[in-house]
Amino acid sequence: MNLDQVDLGSLYRVSEVIVPKGAPQIKGQLEDIGFLPGEQVSVLRKGLLGKGPYMVRVGASTFALRASEARMISVECLLHV
Amino acid sequence: MSESKVHFFSNEPIVALLGNPNCGKTALFNLLTGSRQKVANYSGVTVERKEGRLTLASSKNVRILDLPGAYSLYPRSLDERVTCNVLLGRAEGEKRPDLVICVLSAMNLRRNLRLVLAAKRLGLPCVVVLNMLDIAKRQGLNIDTAALSHELGLPVLTSVGIQSDGADEIKSFLSNLDWRNLSPLQSGTSDATLENVASHIAHTESDNVQVQKILQNLKLDQIIPDHLSDRLDTVLLHPVFGPIILVALLFFIFQAVFSWATLPMELIKTTVEFLGGQISELLPNTWFRSLLINGILAGLGGVVIFLPQILILFFFILLLEESGYLPRAAYLLDRVMGSVGLSGRSFIPLLSSFACAIPGIMATRSISNSRDRLVTILIAPMMTCSARLPVYALLISAFIPERKIWASIDLQGLVLFLLYLAGILGAMGVAWILKRFTSEQFKMNALMMELPSYHLPRLGNLAISLWQRAEIFLRRVGGIILIMTIALWALSSFPLPPEGATGSPIQYSFAGMLGEALAHLFSPIGFNWQISIALVPGMAAREVVVSSLATVYALSSSSADAADALIPLISAGWSLATALSLLAWFVFAPQCLSTIAAVKRETGGWKIPVIMLSYLFGLAYLASFITYRIATALGLA
Repeated sequence: MNLDQVDLGSLYRVSEVIVPKGAPQIKGQLEDIGFLPGEQVSVLRKGLLGKGPYMVRVGASTFALRASEARMISVECLLHV
Repeated sequence: MSESKVHFFSNEPIVALLGNPNCGKTALFNLLTGSRQKVANYSGVTVERKEGRLTLASSKNVRILDLPGAYSLYPRSLDERVTCNVLLGRAEGEKRPDLVICVLSAMNLRRNLRLVLAAKRLGLPCVVVLNMLDIAKRQGLNIDTAALSHELGLPVLTSVGIQSDGADEIKSFLSNLDWRNLSPLQSGTSDATLENVASHIAHTESDNVQVQKILQNLKLDQIIPDHLSDRLDTVLLHPVFGPIILVALLFFIFQAVFSWATLPMELIKTTVEFLGGQISELLPNTWFRSLLINGILAGLGGVVIFLPQILILFFFILLLEESGYLPRAAYLLDRVMGSVGLSGRSFIPLLSSFACAIPGIMATRSISNSRDRLVTILIAPMMTCSARLPVYALLISAFIPERKIWASIDLQGLVLFLLYLAGILGAMGVAWILKRFTSEQFKMNALMMELPSYHLPRLGNLAISLWQRAEIFLRRVGGIILIMTIALWALSSFPLPPEGATGSPIQYSFAGMLGEALAHLFSPIGFNWQISIALVPGMAAREVVVSSLATVYALSSSSADAADALIPLISAGWSLATALSLLAWFVFAPQCLSTIAAVKRETGGWKIPVIMLSYLFGLAYLASFITYRIATALGLA
């Protein structure tokens, strides 16, 4: 499952960051801001009609990600609410 | 006006502050250095360099360098590249720091600690400072600094960036430091090199494991959410109420910028006119008096007159920035901006451009994506800056009848609103077209923006930043505007009219000749030769067109009510089609040379300013042509 498909408020764990070919630098960028395997992540908020940008909490910090960016982060569920 | 490299005290040790964005580093920097700061640019790049001086209790002086915030030491943005180069001693004109203070937000150790591990590898002497300890304690987070220090093998100090004595522990640590031998704070060798991709990926993984272990040992691996910020966000980022609050806030800021600035602007104007009057009484009527009044004094006045608006606007922007709301505004607007290929980050520069395009263009530095930054710079001049207002006011009151059209909306106000709207739509259109020409690759990595916790802004920090903005505006832009005004004064004054000339003197000057040549170019869009001549000195600043028109029509140019005297003249002399065409021209025209100069400075070359000049000129001509032709066809001639 990718981060753009998760339920609001549920807790997930990052399993890996998969980026499309042609944009290798974006993987490192996502990792630098904390999207690393094992990190806890949850989507706190979506835009109107469930579209991006998403407000995502990873570790203790909060980031705004676009749907295309969230799609690159594959996650597994830890705690479903 | 070149940015000098600041090396006044080269024998004093340099202490660099390193930290993630939003770790409270700049507040700490302000605490350490107070007002003894110097803001310049790093050599060759438009990244702000902040240095300050701290006198220790031992009466030794140290230089404190506030490095741009970085998430890692693998450079991805211009800011991060500068930080890396300085730390490696590779930045041009920079001495390698003697000591690195790693500033950590106690609220976000997980991500911040990774940067400490990367900094340790550089081989520079390092100290760790745990900042925001007050918030952490309030939230029930107890950090054992001794244990953390043991885990990292570095001294760990604590600080509270929002208390006036919050940096005392750092100050006393620096006082007691043996500056001749800092090697106890050093780990590894100092033959540091920039991390390559492979080693960076390897380090990211191993660092993450190590950080995880440290946090487990300190029993800090649970995450404590910030309930207050989350509660505020449920309202401020609500899909419906969020945008409404944002619009209300922007509306308030806007009207504050214009209404609060009226009084100081009037005051500046009156002072300039008073001084001009004094000079004309004291000196005989020669070209020298004209230089003093119409060149130098007008140039200085033209610079200072915008200061009130810019300061008020920046006050609000800084307030929103310090409180943590600004990235949220960008978040709310990302979808709108995304539809034309920009990101929410472009919003602030464009907002600033409504006061003046120059601070707006300067504010594009915060946009990490270089394509987005360029596009934002290119469209910023289309936001209706306040210098257009006097021109709009003149034309609207001369040609648009004062008439209520519907409820409380009157026609003049509606036209003014449409002019603002035309600028915004034009900018969005250009951004949208540029999006078509951008390859997929550059469209990536657009947002990824941190939304920090909300903080109560501190007035001291606001005052320091506001002062720095004002200084930058006056220093970098003031000189340009002044020079341009004097140059255009010379163009409009020489050569002097021949003996017995009947027309106004400007007709015989270089500007007059240029204007008459331009009149051929401008006649298809309905401009007469008077307008064409007035547009030439108007290149200094848009509002100058009003006084230039007065000059061309041989009115006394120094009289304060030039506009009032002009209204009957032009409403009798010009057709409505010409007036509408001129309004359309002003929406898009690349009128002020200072903006072009600012763009050249910010983009480091002539390419972008030339592109901007030509496309804005084309757009303005097209808009005026269409307006004039339609108006003529409708019989408004």
